[in-house]
Amino acid sequence: MAEQFVAAPSKSNPDALLVLLKARTFIALFLVFVFFAFNAPNFMSTANMVIMSKHIAINAILAIGMTFVIVSGGIDLSVGSIVGLCGMVAGYLVLNGVDVGLGWSIQFNTLEICLLVILVGMAIGALNGFLITKLNVAPFIATLGTLYIARGAAMLSSDGRTFPNLNGNAEYGSDTFRWIGAGEVLGVPVSICLLISVGVLAAYIATRTPLGRHIYAVGGNERAAGLSGIKVNRTKYFVYIFSGFCAALVGLIISSQLVAAHPATGDTFELNAIAAAVLGGTSMSGGRGRIGGTIIGACVIGVLSDGLVMMGVSSFWQTVIKGLVIIAAVVIDQSQQKLQARVALQTQANLSK
Amino acid sequence: MTGSVGLSIRCGTKVYPGTVALKSADFDLHMGAVNVLVGENGAGKSTMMKIIAGVEQLTEGQLFIGDEEVVLRNTDDAANRGIGIVFQELNLFPNLTVAENIFIAREKTRRGIDVDQSAQRARTRELMRQLEQDIDPDALVGDLRVGQQQIVEIAKSLAQNARILILDEPTSALSAAEVDILFRVIADLKRDGVGIIYISHRLEELIQIGDYITVLRDGVVTGARSMEGVDVDWIVRNMIGESGKDFAKEIDHPFGDEVFRAEHISLGRSGGGLVVNDVSLSLQKGEILGIYGLMGAGRSEFLECVIGRHPDATGQVFVEGQPLREKNVAGRIKRGLALIPEDRKNDGLVQMLSIRENMTLSSLSQFTRGIHMSLAKEKNSVSDFVKRLAVKIASAEHAVSSLSGGNQQKVVISKALMTRPQVLLMDEPSRGIDIGAKAEVFRVMRKLAADGLGIIFVTSDLDEVMSLSDRILVMSNGRITGEFTRETATNGALIEASAVGHKPISQVKDLV
Repeated sequence: MAEQFVAAPSKSNPDALLVLLKARTFIALFLVFVFFAFNAPNFMSTANMVIMSKHIAINAILAIGMTFVIVSGGIDLSVGSIVGLCGMVAGYLVLNGVDVGLGWSIQFNTLEICLLVILVGMAIGALNGFLITKLNVAPFIATLGTLYIARGAAMLSSDGRTFPNLNGNAEYGSDTFRWIGAGEVLGVPVSICLLISVGVLAAYIATRTPLGRHIYAVGGNERAAGLSGIKVNRTKYFVYIFSGFCAALVGLIISSQLVAAHPATGDTFELNAIAAAVLGGTSMSGGRGRIGGTIIGACVIGVLSDGLVMMGVSSFWQTVIKGLVIIAAVVIDQSQQKLQARVALQTQANLSK
Repeated sequence: MTGSVGLSIRCGTKVYPGTVALKSADFDLHMGAVNVLVGENGAGKSTMMKIIAGVEQLTEGQLFIGDEEVVLRNTDDAANRGIGIVFQELNLFPNLTVAENIFIAREKTRRGIDVDQSAQRARTRELMRQLEQDIDPDALVGDLRVGQQQIVEIAKSLAQNARILILDEPTSALSAAEVDILFRVIADLKRDGVGIIYISHRLEELIQIGDYITVLRDGVVTGARSMEGVDVDWIVRNMIGESGKDFAKEIDHPFGDEVFRAEHISLGRSGGGLVVNDVSLSLQKGEILGIYGLMGAGRSEFLECVIGRHPDATGQVFVEGQPLREKNVAGRIKRGLALIPEDRKNDGLVQMLSIRENMTLSSLSQFTRGIHMSLAKEKNSVSDFVKRLAVKIASAEHAVSSLSGGNQQKVVISKALMTRPQVLLMDEPSRGIDIGAKAEVFRVMRKLAADGLGIIFVTSDLDEVMSLSDRILVMSNGRITGEFTRETATNGALIEASAVGHKPISQVKDLV
């Protein structure tokens, strides 16, 4: 009966169309890329590519965390604020260390700062998870609440002022802080390396670990998942903590790139992350989505906005175009789902004949 | 007592993909009388009612109202011809008030725009007076007890001045006093010349209230006559048939030691009272224990307590003599229990995921070393189970939603078996699958038992429970009301035990 698995569906029109639809985000990326290559001056220059990829990295890392959350059937609105707060925590630690009273303070090196900041991001993610699983708050509301709390805390940390000149201090070993935003590993900017690592890690979790399978199952049918013995709450905790982790990374990258931390950083970043995930084929009702798709989705958004800027299109039009692209993506996604279901049903029907 | 025939079906056949639900059935509805319809689950009662109510259309055959042949395209069509139905599953909006529910989609309005709340309220009060119920028109339906909700559903049909009223198991959730009132309302309606179709599993009740009776079995009408002289025996004989379906055990095998024991399992109902009331039972290796009972008898809830879905359930569960302290599903599965839920779509499968992913959902740890999952191992295991259970699939990568009911059920069973359980809990394993698939599922169950698995299965099908079980327990109102061996079990005894606690109200008979 093993040959049943290789019984290929007959090659016909719906199949070809299905392949096209499945690759649509990739095709879209290719099209916008070619379009700007011809229409935007200097678009293909190395310098522009580097800048653009750094922009993309920031959104893509957030979107990867967001993908897990959405696949599990939730939503995380707090990531933008976590980016802001984590940037402020990093800035504070670089400038002041932790004051323990008695006239002296503890200073940290870069690695310790990074770990502390990541811990803050994950703690807010854990708070989201706690609200959603233990207190039964709807994900939208719970993360909306933490959005305000984290943003408010970021403002409070400096009374709304910017932490400037985060150059660090060689004495404390924090002078390498700038390296996160400006450094390179084997010629590749650090932020891109981080994106690759996070992407590979997330894709591995999604496809090759039980945890990943559980995330999809919980998003697809929480009751059935629970009755199958999946620890639903633990799975939800993980996705929000992972999302917080991704947001903390972005907070570190941005504050290091700017050599300053501003409390309003990351405003509306959550919406771009959601858009990238949706463009990449993630279903808002949960259970469906891929890390690779999300990264391509982030690339589409990044190329689109940078390209439009270089063409000199007004930022108002940019916003409108972005909205149209997202809606078009979801409409196409719907028709793909329908077609896919029809093809599967047909093969099944042929089998029972 | 007799009335003219208000509606009739001639040679009605209804075909669904994969199954024939109704085979050239004839049915006459007498006006001003209670027309009782009876049959096992899946016999075609609901299909016939759906055709009369305009939800479904006949594949072949004719439907007459009076002398006129009609086709009811939708429920509006039926409602316009004075046909009202109270479905078994309540079709109410818990977030709206009683009055709003009764007038949903037929709101009383001033000039078609403004909803006339006070008129709706007044009419609702009138209806409630007629039904002798003290239900506030402004109460939210979600706050009412299930019995009261049923009354609201009935009021909804009355509000449409139905000439033909279909009641699908209206008493299943009613208390004795409420049944009493319902019967009086039915008597009133009869006097007004309304034709009533009454579906119920409570045979005593049917004999008490019915004027005409129609018995269905596997989509065929096996008996139709006036109620005079009908007794429970006659009904059961027509329901089950002389021969009975052939699910008989082929393999006889000895039982092993006790593998499972439940002691004093109880579970509270949200509205007060107990859904599962102090249930204790034990099971041996290789034994198939059937639990028979009516819908709402607490059978499914008992299985859910055992698998750990209700953390607030009391009582103790033992596997091989060891008490299970785990209060969650994951822990219980690890200790050798596995549940095949009744509601395949909502509780058993993740429709979006592929067949492979659904099958291995409970047993991923078997393919995992550290955190790394071996997809090759998973695939092998899946194809192994596909072969063992003869699941018909084109590819294990297709979405599970593309499969037929029987094959979906096999996927659910595979999922449970992959956890290598010692005790299998099956809730209505044959629900919603056709005869052929049923036979295969039963064959699998017998084979598993022969391999030493203990199986507890719940069913409302008499045939099934009689022929498949080594031992039968009957539940009613959350309690075990009878225990039978293969030798002592008879149809009559099982039906009687399943009705304990639903004793009919004797004085009502005088009123009807």
